[in-house]
Amino acid sequence: MDLTEFLVKTATIFVVFVLTLVIAMYSTWAERKVAGFIQDRMGPNRAGWGGLLQPLADAGKMFFKEDFIPALANKWLFIAGPSLAMLTALLASAVIPFGSTFRINGHEVVLQGVESNIGILYVFGVVALGVYGIMVGGWASNNKFSLLGAIRAASQNISYEVAMGLSLIAILMMSSSLSLGEIVAQQHGMNWNIFYQPLGFLIFITCSFAECNRVPFDLPECETELVGGYHTEYGSMKLGFYLFAEYINMFVSSAIISVLYFGGYNYPGMDWVYSQLTSALGSETGHNIATLIGTAVFFGKALFFIFFYMWVRWTIPRFRYDQLMNLGWKKLIPLAIFNIIITGAAVLFLKPVITAWLN
Amino acid sequence: MQLTNRSKQVSNKEMTLMERAYIPAIVTGLGITIKHFFAKKVTIEYPEVKRYLGPVFRGRHILKRDEDGRERCTACGLCAVACPAEAIQMVAAEREKGEENLYREEKYAAVYEVNMLRCIFCGLCEEACPKQAVYLRHDEFVPVFTERDQVIWGKDLLVEDMTNRYTREAWTKEEARAIDAKRAAGEVTNVVPRAIP
Repeated sequence: MDLTEFLVKTATIFVVFVLTLVIAMYSTWAERKVAGFIQDRMGPNRAGWGGLLQPLADAGKMFFKEDFIPALANKWLFIAGPSLAMLTALLASAVIPFGSTFRINGHEVVLQGVESNIGILYVFGVVALGVYGIMVGGWASNNKFSLLGAIRAASQNISYEVAMGLSLIAILMMSSSLSLGEIVAQQHGMNWNIFYQPLGFLIFITCSFAECNRVPFDLPECETELVGGYHTEYGSMKLGFYLFAEYINMFVSSAIISVLYFGGYNYPGMDWVYSQLTSALGSETGHNIATLIGTAVFFGKALFFIFFYMWVRWTIPRFRYDQLMNLGWKKLIPLAIFNIIITGAAVLFLKPVITAWLN
Repeated sequence: MQLTNRSKQVSNKEMTLMERAYIPAIVTGLGITIKHFFAKKVTIEYPEVKRYLGPVFRGRHILKRDEDGRERCTACGLCAVACPAEAIQMVAAEREKGEENLYREEKYAAVYEVNMLRCIFCGLCEEACPKQAVYLRHDEFVPVFTERDQVIWGKDLLVEDMTNRYTREAWTKEEARAIDAKRAAGEVTNVVPRAIP
């Protein structure tokens, strides 16, 4: 690896990192704004234009609060909890393909932190680690409510990871690749997976709600039963990290949904746009601008799903815990297995027939 | 007893497959919330936009003068007695010769103070006053104060300014609406438009 490549990679990773943080930051603003609008209110609109400085004000408030550690808490684990939550949340965004390639002086730079051929496995691994942040923090607090919240989070995440993985297998059977970049590239030309996997999409999005601990599956922080759940004892920026990690997770899972099911940076008519741009501006600038448009489309999709998360949050009440477990084990897992069988049958028998008929 | 026709019979029967699938119900709910998302907001953004509070809203106090500009207050102290919050204090004085153009009665309030932290704006002073001297304005609030010396309002702030007299144009909602309607029709023009607090 020569120096330019190293520098370009560093810059890409830095940009991805900053973008993730900024989007998560403004998700907190958007959450309150969406909540307000859905409830016929205005939402925050005092700090800056339309309340745009609200995240900064919130962060300032968080930083100036007392950084309190309960006397009987396990001090190191108490600090490790939010750090782990933040770390795992940020790790996952590394493999997301934000766009196709940039051409700089003949070099092709992929808009992706790490080009991994097991990208989706990596995401799953990191997301599964995410529960440690909650578990460690909840246990270290030395508080019954925190521990109960943490246990709920752990059991919920494990239950829904099964259904999530099974629904994903159907996608992998179609793409026969674990690389996220490859999966996106295969969806080129409106071959979006949502048209082939509507059931799989439904299962996947339900499970991602549960994985992110979002309403209607926010039982780990269910304030009616558990005070504050796993972050009962937390305050100051440690609490801020937990809340922030939730929003980063939301962005990452929105990005993953748009990559897996909605074609990532693909959009209808992109070949036409690409040929127009390259013929007008040359194969370098034209290519780069086409890539930027694709990236904007990708962010549009991801942001829509963030909005969808909020929209659902302010619509549906929380599930009861037995309902949550019944839905996960008795409904979603059988459905996901059914989906795998259907997909397998379609790939084996239907696909050759249709391709033969089309030709 | 039925109060509204929105009540629904609670039912314990098995849910149908459609109901157990959740999705149709969730989609209906999402439809309702997105309708509200684009709906007009009811919020009145207070310091910038101010709502008309009615013809008999009890805002800040004013000590009225009569048509000749003489203070109406005779320092009888009935307002201070009526005040449940004990916010009013006054010192009475006798009118000297040559002050007939300043004070309407032979006795007047040399000092008249309202403690705006104690005042609950109940309007009992207004009702108690036999000389129609003290009123609570319907169009002005007590402004926000940040210093201790701004809390107690003396005569300098309370007594009416003859160049900008206070008139209450209506005493009931019906009267106010009638005037509004007349003004909208262009029949009444002499009435000063109500200053919005």
